Amino acid sequence: SSWWSHVEMGPPDPILGVTEAFKRDTNSKKMNLGVGAYRDDNGKPYVLNCVRKAEAMIASKKMDKEYLPIGGLADFTRASAELALGENNEAFKSGRYVTVQGISGTGSLRIGANFLQRFFKASRDVYLPKPSWGNHTPIFRDAGMQLQAYRYYDPKTCSLDFSGAMDDISKIPEKSIILLHACAHNPTGVDPRQEQWKELAATVKKRNLLVYFDMAYQGFASGDINRDAWAVRYFIEQGINVLLSQSYAKNMGLYGERAGAFTVICSDAEEAKRVESQLKILIRPMYSNPPLNGARIASIILNTPDLRKEWLVEVKGMADRIISMRTQLVSNLKKEGSSHNWQHITDQIGMFCFTGLKPEQVERLIKEFSIYMTKDGRISVAGVTSGNVGYLAHAIHQVTK
Amino acid sequence: LAAYRTDEGQPWVLPVVKKVEQMIANNNTLNHEYLPILGLPEFRANASRIALGDDSPAIKENRIGSVQSLGGTGALRIGAEFLRRWYNGNNNTATPVYISAPSWENHNSVFVDAGFKDIRTYHYWDAAKRGLDLQGLLDDMEKAPEFSIFILHACAHNPTGTDPTPDQWKQIAAVMKRRFLFPFFDSAYQGFASGSLDKDAWAVRYFVSEGFELFCAQSFSKNFGLYNERVGNLTVVGKDADNVQRVLSQMEKIVRTTWSNPPSQGARIVATTLASPQLFAEWKDNVKTMADRVLLMRSELRSRLESLGTPGTWNHITEQIGMFSFTGLNPKQVEYMIKEKHIYLMASGRINMCGLTTKNLDYVAKSIHEAVTKIQ
Repeated sequence: SSWWSHVEMGPPDPILGVTEAFKRDTNSKKMNLGVGAYRDDNGKPYVLNCVRKAEAMIASKKMDKEYLPIGGLADFTRASAELALGENNEAFKSGRYVTVQGISGTGSLRIGANFLQRFFKASRDVYLPKPSWGNHTPIFRDAGMQLQAYRYYDPKTCSLDFSGAMDDISKIPEKSIILLHACAHNPTGVDPRQEQWKELAATVKKRNLLVYFDMAYQGFASGDINRDAWAVRYFIEQGINVLLSQSYAKNMGLYGERAGAFTVICSDAEEAKRVESQLKILIRPMYSNPPLNGARIASIILNTPDLRKEWLVEVKGMADRIISMRTQLVSNLKKEGSSHNWQHITDQIGMFCFTGLKPEQVERLIKEFSIYMTKDGRISVAGVTSGNVGYLAHAIHQVTK
Repeated sequence: LAAYRTDEGQPWVLPVVKKVEQMIANNNTLNHEYLPILGLPEFRANASRIALGDDSPAIKENRIGSVQSLGGTGALRIGAEFLRRWYNGNNNTATPVYISAPSWENHNSVFVDAGFKDIRTYHYWDAAKRGLDLQGLLDDMEKAPEFSIFILHACAHNPTGTDPTPDQWKQIAAVMKRRFLFPFFDSAYQGFASGSLDKDAWAVRYFVSEGFELFCAQSFSKNFGLYNERVGNLTVVGKDADNVQRVLSQMEKIVRTTWSNPPSQGARIVATTLASPQLFAEWKDNVKTMADRVLLMRSELRSRLESLGTPGTWNHITEQIGMFSFTGLNPKQVEYMIKEKHIYLMASGRINMCGLTTKNLDYVAKSIHEAVTKIQ
């Protein structure tokens, strides 16, 4: 007999299931709108030119393969902090922060979650927006934290339930942890406006909550890295010492290279040093030290003026294409004769869009039109192209008229 | 951190790695898309094949699984997290975990952070005879509660460099089978220890042939010199395909909340190399170069000490294997080495053989001689 007879089969990943079904489909018109990765207007993965240039530089330098420090590549972590906070940010300039390299967004979130479990004794509760990225819950749970929620998405309007959010947040017990999506909320694409962020900051401060920002789409949301980081920077300026997780998967297309960073804003540089030492103690028994390749590519891009400029243009290009697909989808729906209000498609921002489609409608899209998305009606706008947006609009109209 | 050095004292990027990296850089069809959660399929299959052997019955019977991991550490951690959740009951944090005395210092932290509450040591190093304390080890296994987990170094024990002989492994396996103890192998030096992949995997393969279900955490940091790309693999050997499938599905969930999916670059290099007969041969050659240099340094150091007439016996230097050697120097002698001779050893007397070169052999031998004769 086996040690593992009692081990249950893990539930199939819902998003993976979408891709599996898509692959099996023989319909030439099929569309995969479950994919959480950017596609160009031909539906192909896009390797950024600045990435290729950075890779060429790396190849020519013939560097060694020695272990990175536990906290990662210093040029990368410093540049990451500067990218998120802005070069003029007081916390950045004074050095009252620590940034460690993490395994893309997930790894960075997990380091923070483990750090909170070990050192934040005031509370075990992490408040997530309703809904949030599916992996947030198991990450915090596996780290030993408890999950709570605050209202966020209003399915009636397909937009932000701001009064509901404020109501819930103002009742969160003091010293709880609240997770906020810095920009391009996943999965809804619904972000607060700047005035709303200001109110959120005030409430969060009043309730004395510990703020944890997840920023996986800086630059990728609006096309402007400063605009997308506005909320993070505003909170810090208001004296809120946030935790921050960054990912370079989408904005640099470095998905499989796992480039990310975890930052803690501290009271002073001395506290930052103590926090850093504890982060290293958490990281070492997880994977010892992080992988170099992705971080080095990102570091070269961020620290080489010409490449950085090129990157900003390319990331804007990706964001613009997404925005243009949103616009085209709405105008095509109008052309189809749809009488529904599809404004939320262009109001929402980032890779994902909560269409408002119901499960039965999603099922019809899959079965009758070979258009694949998750049951909650979320589509990845990255999977839409000028070649298939018309077909998508047609199909959506058919199932909603 | 320990890494291989050339005779010039420099890091060494394996020629085959440079070649494959260039191939990857020139291949415009490659992109940076996410790998599957469990990793690059060609990497996983080839990595496990390296550990278990081409003719492994477990592979033939389709009862193996692999999880691409962030280095050997990552593989250990995924294995540890899985065991804590699913081994010996559900979430049984009380299952004893036995780690050799001494061992790599991070072993302890991996299992503590995975949630295990009862971490113990098993006798391993006999300081008096400078060798394996086999009787102590076997006694500990006899006395260990049934179902205890034992962390075994597949070869090139870190830090002692002292491995059980095949005969001793057989004795160890017999006790473990009888007492229902779980073998979790740490294989960080396959090929790097003796120069032969098969020889260095003998213990793991023996346990598989004895019908054990086991884990083997593999690192490609040293044998591929890919330290900073974090290339590792957790090989799972089970009773049958169905069990292994369920195990992997749960490991997938653990991976998803730890790093989501593993880094692509290092795995591509290893997979490309292992899948090509020509590149594979080149790699084995590169590995042998490293292993041979270390073996040469061992024999040269020993012969110098014996010529100098340094008190004590020095055969352990060549009997030990791998990157490290427990010299037998005591803390005071180590202090002398560091302060007076500027030769850096661990307080345990552990020396990194990779630090030895033809240029410094004489100096190191003379310094050891001084330390041993001047300091008691």
